[in-house]
Amino acid sequence: MAIYTKEEARKILEKALSFSSADACEINMGGSESGNIRYARNTVSTAGHQSNQTLAVTSSFGKKSGVATIDEFDDTSLEKVVKRAEELANLSPENPEFMAPLGPQTYAESNSFIEATANIKPEYRAQVAAKSIEPASAKDVTAAGFLNDSSGFSAMINSNGLFAYNKSTNVDFTVTMRTNDGTGSGWVTRDFNDITKFDADKAAKIAIDKAVMSREAKAIEPGKYTVILEPAAAADLLGNMAGSFDARTADEGRSFMSKDGGTKMGMKIVDERVNIWSDPLHPDVPTSTWNGEGMPLKKMSWIENGVVKNLAYSRYWAEQKGVDPVPFPSNFIMEGGSASLDELIKGTKKGILVTRLWYIRSVDPQTLLYTGLTRDGTFYIENGEIKYPVKNFRFNESPIIMLNNLEELGQQVRIDGNLVPYMKVRDFTFTSLSDAV
Amino acid sequence: MERRKFVQLTGLGAGALFLPMQFMGKDIPVEALLEPGMDVAIKKQLADIALNTARSLGASYADARIGRYLNQYVFTREDKVQNVVNTESFGIGVRVIANGTWGFASTNDVTEAGIKKATDQAVAIAKANSLIQKDPVKLAPVESYGEVSWKTPIKKDFKEVPVSEKVELLLSANAAAMNNGANFVNSALFMVNEQKYFASTEGSYIDQDIHRIWPTFGVTAIDREAGKFKSRSAMSAPMGMGYEYMDGLESEKLEGPAGLKLYRNSYDMVEDATIAAKQAKEMLTAKSVEPGKYDLVLEPNHLGLTIHESVGHPLELDRVLGYEANYAGTSFATLDKWKSGDFKYGSDVVNLVADKVQPGSLGAVGYDDEGVKTKQWDLVRNGVLKNYQAIRDQVHMIGQDESHGCCYAQSWNDVQFQRMPNVSLEPGKEKYSYKDMIKDVKKGIYIAGRGSYSIDQQRYNFQFGGTVFYEIKDGEIVGMLDDVAYQSNTQEFWNSCVKICDESDYRMFGSFFDGKGQPSQVSAVSHGSSTARFNDVNVINTGRTV
Repeated sequence: MAIYTKEEARKILEKALSFSSADACEINMGGSESGNIRYARNTVSTAGHQSNQTLAVTSSFGKKSGVATIDEFDDTSLEKVVKRAEELANLSPENPEFMAPLGPQTYAESNSFIEATANIKPEYRAQVAAKSIEPASAKDVTAAGFLNDSSGFSAMINSNGLFAYNKSTNVDFTVTMRTNDGTGSGWVTRDFNDITKFDADKAAKIAIDKAVMSREAKAIEPGKYTVILEPAAAADLLGNMAGSFDARTADEGRSFMSKDGGTKMGMKIVDERVNIWSDPLHPDVPTSTWNGEGMPLKKMSWIENGVVKNLAYSRYWAEQKGVDPVPFPSNFIMEGGSASLDELIKGTKKGILVTRLWYIRSVDPQTLLYTGLTRDGTFYIENGEIKYPVKNFRFNESPIIMLNNLEELGQQVRIDGNLVPYMKVRDFTFTSLSDAV
Repeated sequence: MERRKFVQLTGLGAGALFLPMQFMGKDIPVEALLEPGMDVAIKKQLADIALNTARSLGASYADARIGRYLNQYVFTREDKVQNVVNTESFGIGVRVIANGTWGFASTNDVTEAGIKKATDQAVAIAKANSLIQKDPVKLAPVESYGEVSWKTPIKKDFKEVPVSEKVELLLSANAAAMNNGANFVNSALFMVNEQKYFASTEGSYIDQDIHRIWPTFGVTAIDREAGKFKSRSAMSAPMGMGYEYMDGLESEKLEGPAGLKLYRNSYDMVEDATIAAKQAKEMLTAKSVEPGKYDLVLEPNHLGLTIHESVGHPLELDRVLGYEANYAGTSFATLDKWKSGDFKYGSDVVNLVADKVQPGSLGAVGYDDEGVKTKQWDLVRNGVLKNYQAIRDQVHMIGQDESHGCCYAQSWNDVQFQRMPNVSLEPGKEKYSYKDMIKDVKKGIYIAGRGSYSIDQQRYNFQFGGTVFYEIKDGEIVGMLDDVAYQSNTQEFWNSCVKICDESDYRMFGSFFDGKGQPSQVSAVSHGSSTARFNDVNVINTGRTV
């Protein structure tokens, strides 16, 4: 078992630190156990179990640092790894951007570990697969899916008195259902810290229904359409915005967030109903309450009423700019509304419902323009009803333009560890049609 | 899509470089890279523990892969060294078939007890899953090779080149860029050594030593008044070579249009950085493209990515059969099209071959990760679809009884599966230079280097950008263009290929990070081609105002 308790981890880390003779020393350790099952063509394909543990020592003399790592935690190994890091530090060039380790910090207690998830067995994974495969077979549909569960811990200590520990569990599930005539495809994604929240039957049903509904899609002209983006679709575009919240590239003039020799901090960049924040303690999307260098992660607003509230500052860049460092968040939460998907559809005169987006790539970092395609369930809406499935589109769109063209926000859903609402957006730009199902 | 498990390393230009977590190993001191790995006799003993344990637990087949992966990465920006990373990853992966079902487990506890435990887990997983197995695994026969070995034929081992020499080279390239008008430059060197030992119950014990290298940079020019920035990335290619790739041999350089320098099996990073800075500045005022139909002249370091996405992926048999339906997708190149025997993938001049043997390529190995000797085979001949890429457990589904030898796992920690071999466009038979491609084009665009890329899950509709674009008018290059991307359909595009330069223009594009599978794994692959022309392709303008 590679999951150490807080006290076990502290004991190992303190032992390792006792061997240090460097000016500064920081030690990170972690371990994980994960299992997965993969199925396709209505049968299991591959499955596996992975186990790993590691401990990394960063030793520094002045601005010279060295890193060494080991996966055995006995006293001899710990002494060896610390000495190796020190030897390497002595050989390294000075890093002008070196920052001394942080002093002691206070962290909120995280709630990211759930025992039930850590106890998942191969038999459970096989049952999840069966819950996709059996109903799919009954509907002339073929299931291909993947379930991955993991549990792990991370801990760190440094010579300035900092100690941090966290353990977490996670489960990710996706399934694609394709009709056997090859003309329909549906998909669903679920992710949780707590496996008991996962309903494998319900998830499979959504994907099967979408597959059947999406058969024999009609081609309609590409162009600008009102779209209802399901949270999985919206999350991918929003996630791509995250990198532009780096203060340094903004200050350097090479980011969407650059403006007149400075940044867009304080500027309204999107519709005033857009509020995005991060919160490691949110009960639906809990994460660790500290990052890899021991910075506490706290609730932090990024966009408030459409205005840029914060950019991420590394410790080095914060010092250069005379501000407090702001770590990148471990999740993001976008405020939603009360409308369900059905209600959003009912309120739409003409539009397109998008299940998910695929193969999203940056086209122009200056404008945050991205391209990609719709996939696994794209439907035409007219007078408040889904009328028929439509062929997939390629889009070329910027999340900034998308969030300026906001019509309505719906309920939030957890996607990839984030909370994202359904959103209705006008004038979303589709540039060509795809024959892909 | 599964959660993105990416770690952001030092930014390369405005588009930061993202490395999958799995690509990272654990950090080690630089001198440890030179430590010899485990003796091959001990590896055999350890592998046999896995094979014997698996047999005793009822497995009908087992393989064990003991891997030691040594990586060195050097990152710099402007006049600073940001990071020198040395990593090592060591462990064993055990794959079994029990009750006709695959099971896999891995561990970095490479002891008798650790290996037995992992094998036990692999068999337990196979047995648990066999309850829902409908099609028992059927393996194509493979030769028993006994104890054999293979090494990438390198001239300079990166592990023996001092870090200071690498740092100095990157900083020289950075200085060249800054002296020629760049505002920022990030550069990096990635060097990989996979020491892989494979053993299976088929009776093969294969020891391989594989090397790869990738020098790259991003040069950014900024016009603060206009609030604009433009980046130009390196014209290098990741290669299956040693540090000799960095020699910058004149004999391996090719002239492109408008002062462009292009590189074959040797890379001059300082020269490329100098040109990149000038071009990045030029991009700030380049003409925005008028959308419409153009004849495209595509340079190999650009065309390679188009080959990768529109030929390499759709002809992966596991995609065609539906094994990747939940992630990467399926394929338009369905079995009925292949069986017809006359499916026109491309025009008559289009010949596409797959291989795992091309010298200097990223895919080159002696044996794949399930112990099959590697080879070359046709995918498309005279424009007609001929074959797919398949491994031992799937090749019988296309009526063939020999694996193509393209099974790969990114580490000991991951299960091996079908991965793309090198997929390359054969050079044209007639003597053509890139100038011959341009000279009779009335309205066209010459594109060099990789850019934005996106393609649907069945590989019909794609959109590609590039690194630099030049407008062609009446057979002449008339100036730089900006905001260019072309959109097409795979079959339409390859059928619009009218001319391909001869072998004197042939060189390889490569990718270190081709992603596929769940859990997602990366793989390195090369794509060779000569400059080629495609007529009447739809070009869009990607400029926006926000």
